[in-house]
Amino acid sequence: MAELRQNPDLSSLDITIAVTGLKTGDNPQPGVAVIRSIRAAGFTGRIIGLVYDSMESGIYLEDLVDEVYQMPYPSAGAEAFLARIEYISSKRKIDVIIPNLDAEVILYIRLQDELAKLGIKSYLPSEECFLLRDKTKLATYFPPRGILVPDTMLVSDVSQLISNKDNFPMMIKGRYYEAYKAHNFEEALKYFYEIESRWGLPIILQKLIYGEEYNIVIVGDGEGGVLGMVPQKKLVITDKGKGFGGVVIKNPELDEFAAKVISLFKWRGPCELEVMRGYDNQNYLIEINPRFPAWVRLAEGSGQNQPAAVVLKALGEELAALPPCKSGTLFIRHAEDIITDISVMGEVSAKSELIRR
Amino acid sequence: MDYSKLQNLAMNDNGFIFDPASGYSYTSNETGLYIMKLLAMGKDKDAICQQLMEDYEVSEDNFDSDFEHYMLMLEALGLVEF
Repeated sequence: MAELRQNPDLSSLDITIAVTGLKTGDNPQPGVAVIRSIRAAGFTGRIIGLVYDSMESGIYLEDLVDEVYQMPYPSAGAEAFLARIEYISSKRKIDVIIPNLDAEVILYIRLQDELAKLGIKSYLPSEECFLLRDKTKLATYFPPRGILVPDTMLVSDVSQLISNKDNFPMMIKGRYYEAYKAHNFEEALKYFYEIESRWGLPIILQKLIYGEEYNIVIVGDGEGGVLGMVPQKKLVITDKGKGFGGVVIKNPELDEFAAKVISLFKWRGPCELEVMRGYDNQNYLIEINPRFPAWVRLAEGSGQNQPAAVVLKALGEELAALPPCKSGTLFIRHAEDIITDISVMGEVSAKSELIRR
Repeated sequence: MDYSKLQNLAMNDNGFIFDPASGYSYTSNETGLYIMKLLAMGKDKDAICQQLMEDYEVSEDNFDSDFEHYMLMLEALGLVEF
């Protein structure tokens, strides 16, 4: 008889979990969805929100986090980052951290030993593995191994844009965030300076693939396998290219492609693959984001609680593959105003922390 | 002619059709849905014509032209392959 796969039950866990990325709004971060998924697994322990900005909207939700602490930006360096976590740990012992923002994940990987001394565990890839999925490396690592990636060029100088002026339209992307379709050289120039000012160099110039985009949220087991995998097709896309609605699909060919990507670089922990199914009937790997996507609640909603699985894996527990997801499960993002007192913001701004309960 | 993709479609009685492989959804009127379900069951054109003439007031001539048009539309949507 086939083994009945079950979602993790966190109801008996009495621990503290720290989660980052609590901003929602027009460019939502994954933290709120990750916390909701963990709570949906029955977790009644303490949840700490680690924020960079007092305007991260998740701070203001009454029932989301028990405590909030402001963190120094990753650009402040590992020392400041660790010092802040040591301070937080002295007030409240943290058992598990789930980082949800691209720019901070590398710090959590590099600080794993120091964090372990504080009793803090996470479920993250090795640094080598993390660097392989960098947008600047994707096109060199994967194509020789049978995974198609659109032709990619790293641009550090406007002259390189000029030499590509006959190749537009192309995608132009920041190293961490932001991607635009540049229809011509003039548009590319505008985006070049915009992205450079926010994310620095190099800028990534990528051949445009015409087709259908699919996104897949995955938890890799670090040995080439996956604990869970949920593919979706975006149905509602904002002018920033963010998916505000989507549906779980069932496409064995896409699953096979995603599983091959993960097996090739043995990813450990959560990630999101962006795949373009070209009109030439080929799958192209566009990006690998090194964390859960903001739409990860769809995984839990479709029957596969990936954030809960990451908590257990961080704690070192053995875990079988998660149950299959249900295709046809739909999500639509809904924005709502939170009404609260200005003193909540004052607390976070002045003291850099907020103890709700 | 390949109708295998139609077998994977989720169709409800209101005419809403979801393709789990692509994530696309479609709407169809009652007759379109009726034909699509028969195609998904593996019925050929003659069998569908016969059944349609029994259940609806339709002549074979009318069926022929409408059926061809419908099949071209399904092909354009990538749901059947000629």
